[in-house]
Amino acid sequence: MYLSHILNSKKIALSVILGVFLTFCTCKTFAIQHEEAHEAAAEAGHEKAEFDPSETILEHIGDSHYFHIGGHVAFALPVILYTDKGLETFSSSVFEHGHAAYQGKYYKYALVKDKVKAVTGEDKQIDQTASVYDFSITRNVISLWMSVLMLLVIFLSVASSYKKRTGKAPKGFQSVIEPDILFIRDDVAMPNIGYKYARFMPLLLTMFFFILINNLIGMVPFFPGGSNLTGNIAVTFVLAVVVLIVVNVNGNKYYWKHIFAPDVPFWLYPIMWIVELAGIISKPFALMVRLFANIMAGHVIVIALISLIFIFKTLAIAPVSIAFTLFIDVLELLVAFLQAFIFTMLTALFIGSAVEEHHH
Amino acid sequence: MFGSIAALGAGLAVIGAGIGIGQIGGKAMEGISRQPEAAGKIQTAMIIAAALVEGVALFGVIVALLGNK
Amino acid sequence: MELVTPDWGLVAWTTLAFLLLLFLLAKFAWKPIMGAIDDRERFIEDALLKAEAAKEEMSRLTNENEVLLKQARAERDLILSEAKKIKEQIIADAKEAAHKEGARQIELARVEINNQKAIAMADVKNQVATLSIQVAEKILQNQLKDQQKQDELVAQLLKEVKL
Repeated sequence: MYLSHILNSKKIALSVILGVFLTFCTCKTFAIQHEEAHEAAAEAGHEKAEFDPSETILEHIGDSHYFHIGGHVAFALPVILYTDKGLETFSSSVFEHGHAAYQGKYYKYALVKDKVKAVTGEDKQIDQTASVYDFSITRNVISLWMSVLMLLVIFLSVASSYKKRTGKAPKGFQSVIEPDILFIRDDVAMPNIGYKYARFMPLLLTMFFFILINNLIGMVPFFPGGSNLTGNIAVTFVLAVVVLIVVNVNGNKYYWKHIFAPDVPFWLYPIMWIVELAGIISKPFALMVRLFANIMAGHVIVIALISLIFIFKTLAIAPVSIAFTLFIDVLELLVAFLQAFIFTMLTALFIGSAVEEHHH
Repeated sequence: MFGSIAALGAGLAVIGAGIGIGQIGGKAMEGISRQPEAAGKIQTAMIIAAALVEGVALFGVIVALLGNK
Repeated sequence: MELVTPDWGLVAWTTLAFLLLLFLLAKFAWKPIMGAIDDRERFIEDALLKAEAAKEEMSRLTNENEVLLKQARAERDLILSEAKKIKEQIIADAKEAAHKEGARQIELARVEINNQKAIAMADVKNQVATLSIQVAEKILQNQLKDQQKQDELVAQLLKEVKL
């Protein structure tokens, strides 16, 4: 909270930047359409296509079956497919960076837009008859487990130092973690949930630190970091579903009465049901979209600014580009904390409204 | 052309959100300067309100993304 | 469009990872950490309350001491003044007793003197009487050698004797 006084100006700045960027977006779509015409011609002749910022950005913020270390060096990651005929596992190196198709046990697979699909024939037509579920260890999954491992290492060591130093003042890493925990407890859980806060503390703390560490890992530009995990809709979707379940499972009779029998004339009930049920869904949905869009937008802006160098094909633009990137990175550092806080805060607020015991 | 129009609309949504968040921030500042002892509560309420406004803007961004491809 | 379509593989992995993380952290991290923080807060609160209580006790004891001291002082003064009174009383009593004794002694002496005087007087009277009688005898023997004179004397004596 002590930093939140910066929030106003920076948030406005972010909005403006986003607005400007989205204006660029329109330009890019023109460029894409323009290039698509070229691509068909280029495909036959030279392999080296022109730099396409939109594609680069989408590649960076999306998921991948390769983990790039730098240059042309990349780890091939395992592909795990659950098909209607059975389980299939192989390394993504068989695709030769998306150029080759691979004949598996049951189907023939190829990378279509960085996704593994069952294909037929040589021309990579998607096989519509095959149902293939992709449970591959992708870059995001690696990053996910890395963050889980980091959180476990950090908090188990902190917990053990709490056990060792019972009743003493926090020391070392403990004193970094403790204010955060107290902040979540005193400023997020207690005022929003009330006296029943203790039951939800594990969830709120796990959520906060999970989002925070993944936001921060996403800001690291080189090898183990850089994946756009919290800016991936699948991850925020899971978090939002967890919130949805927790809120509705813990909803007390007042919460349900407010939804099914609000203090309105009975003939309004059907309308109210629709509105309230939409509310139940839209709250976690907003959480999902907010986190996803915020983090993704941060990644997009950073890569777009770096891409300026390649778009203008001159190093002269680099200082400007780097200066802007630095500014955005600092802003993103704030956003990383802020979004983790807002997600936790709103989760606490929704839980609070579900367990609140009040009489209208 | 559809994509570009969607993105333009999203840009408008962002401008709206910017104005909204600016209002929230400004009023919160006024409130804090009037009652500095309530700064903590005002900040919390402000962040929640800003997050809600921002959520609306982000729906616009999502529409842009949907329209872009 | 594909950007906002959740990838079900990642959804599955995230669900697994998040729930595992939630379980492990809740069990092995948050429980001990929150417990330790709560314990410490309670400990600090207790310590503060105890310090407050000790302070109160201290001031209470100090007050009590002062009261006791005051009482003791008053008692001492009382005892001293009483002793003084008793001393004076004793001295006064002694003086009075001495006076009385003296007076009694004097009285006794006077009575004795009076007695002795009376005895002595009686003795003297007796001797005077005896002497008188002897003198009278001799005189009488001398005078009463004739009858007439005896009669005269008797008459004279009868006249003279006053009873």
